[in-house]
Amino acid sequence: MAKPASSLARQATALMTWVDKRLPVTEFWNAHLAKYYAPKNFNFWYYMGSLALLVLVIQIVTGIFLTMHYKPAATEAFASVEYIMRDVDWGWLIRYMHSSGASFFFILVYLHMFRSLLYGSHRKPRELLWIFGMFIYLLLMAEAFFGYVLPWGQMSYWGAQVIINLFGAIPTIGEPLTEWIRGDYFISDATLNRFFALHVIAVPIALLGLVVLHLSALHQTGSNNPDGIEIKEHKDEDGVPLDGIPFHPYYTVKDIFGVAMFLIIFAFIIFFWPEAGGLFLEHDNFVPANPLVTPEHIKPVWYFTPFYAILKAVPDKLMGVMLMGLSVVVLFFLPWLDRSPVKSIRYKGVWYKILVFTFAVAFFRLGMLGMAEGTPAQTWEMRVWTFVYFAFFILLFFLSKGGKTKPVPERVKH
Amino acid sequence: MSSDGVNKERRRFLIATTSVVGGVGAGLALVPFIKSLNPSAKAQAVGAPVEINIGKLEVGQLLKVQWRGQTIGILRRTKEMLDDLELVAPDLRDPDSSESEQPPYAGNEYRAIRPEYLVVNMHCTHLGCVPQLIPEVGPQPFDENWKGGFYCPCHKSKFDVAGRVYKSVPAPTNLRIPPYSYLDDKTLIIGVSPEGAV
Repeated sequence: MAKPASSLARQATALMTWVDKRLPVTEFWNAHLAKYYAPKNFNFWYYMGSLALLVLVIQIVTGIFLTMHYKPAATEAFASVEYIMRDVDWGWLIRYMHSSGASFFFILVYLHMFRSLLYGSHRKPRELLWIFGMFIYLLLMAEAFFGYVLPWGQMSYWGAQVIINLFGAIPTIGEPLTEWIRGDYFISDATLNRFFALHVIAVPIALLGLVVLHLSALHQTGSNNPDGIEIKEHKDEDGVPLDGIPFHPYYTVKDIFGVAMFLIIFAFIIFFWPEAGGLFLEHDNFVPANPLVTPEHIKPVWYFTPFYAILKAVPDKLMGVMLMGLSVVVLFFLPWLDRSPVKSIRYKGVWYKILVFTFAVAFFRLGMLGMAEGTPAQTWEMRVWTFVYFAFFILLFFLSKGGKTKPVPERVKH
Repeated sequence: MSSDGVNKERRRFLIATTSVVGGVGAGLALVPFIKSLNPSAKAQAVGAPVEINIGKLEVGQLLKVQWRGQTIGILRRTKEMLDDLELVAPDLRDPDSSESEQPPYAGNEYRAIRPEYLVVNMHCTHLGCVPQLIPEVGPQPFDENWKGGFYCPCHKSKFDVAGRVYKSVPAPTNLRIPPYSYLDDKTLIIGVSPEGAV
């Protein structure tokens, strides 16, 4: 280390030495930032992970402040949310940050997952990384669902009714299980109170734990990259990957740029379009929960609608629930369903481009149909796209092994 | 520390038994937490029967009341509605209500004690939404040959005016009939079966 110039710097170094003997701060900084080498060819898709982390922080901070004003009781919940919106200083801003944050979390996570499909980031040796990510996604869905119930509007109430009754489809134990989840014979105060506990304590703790596991697994294998090449296979004499650059300062600076761009969009939504035309905050949820009246048109928030469409496509209760569950579970197996010798879409044949593109269209269309009124024609379209959704995984398994590939370069290109 | 003369078999035995006893204890300690999530004694006590005066119910009118947090509908059916029950039978999944939930005294073709009054648990047997009564016979956005009945906005399940489910909709069984009886000509009580009925 270079000799410190001033006495102040000398004192700082001495302090760090003192701390490092007792807590491995410098070691951690180097291992995960200053001497953590990431591929030099990251592109736009590689913003999503760090931005999702940013949104997690936003959700936790805004959430803490919301709990200071919110009342988790059936008689008071709706009014307390309106109180936050109207009477609490800046309460509207904090609440809109939280509600829009939820939707942005899913936008980022879906793009983050799609990136894996493009560049094979879930493939060996990153299977555990993917599985931790999938568990984060599952918990995020639970967290979003519990959170959506808390304002105790009509959509909160009837959405909870539908989702909890999904468990009632399980033979024999279904009915008692739904009673156990609700803590009552119907969605009531008891249900709201426990969903609050799960939303503000249980799920966030589990989420944070999984994020630690996800990042640990990432830093164990190192990041994949758009070329799908392992940069650790080519190192210099110091053991530094030739195609790697230190995460800090290179990618911290890149991510700060991403954060700035993201916050511009995020702020625009919060200030000018927080309901997003009923996508982020549904119109029916501005009506207090009424157990006697079901809204004319029940639909979940946009990030659940693709799976909801699969549920609606099946004219049988148990089968519908099972198929919907399967549509999420099958994602866990992606690292083993893709058997191509090549990771990145860049070096796969046109078959993979068609598969991924069709899958993305199916997911998108299912999401739109899941929100629609549901005419018979739409029901048939949902069935077609449900078929396409599942066909993707089957075709991937069979086409990937012998599917055409292009030669993969030794070193990262772009 | 020396590991000479260690009785490995005894050590393994002690580790195994300690683990088993500790594991059972931890498992039992979970029981109170799991059970604490059951409906509380207070929630169970609220499920008392409900009395309803049906004297002012017009022909064709639907009255909704709450019993045990469930929406219960009381529909005073018209003569035509009752006559049509037989006609729609071929389109139903369970026209005789043999696989559906109702007390035996409401197991007849009208699914009611007195044919005129249908008393029905309004929650869809699919996922628990409350279907709407659309009594008009004629084309509807969701069905071109609508014969009048209940339509669930959540997942398009359709039921006739006896709460019987149509074929090829998500709901598996007919709408449930709660236990009920008549206290007198104009008073219904929901939650209590007629005297002598099982």
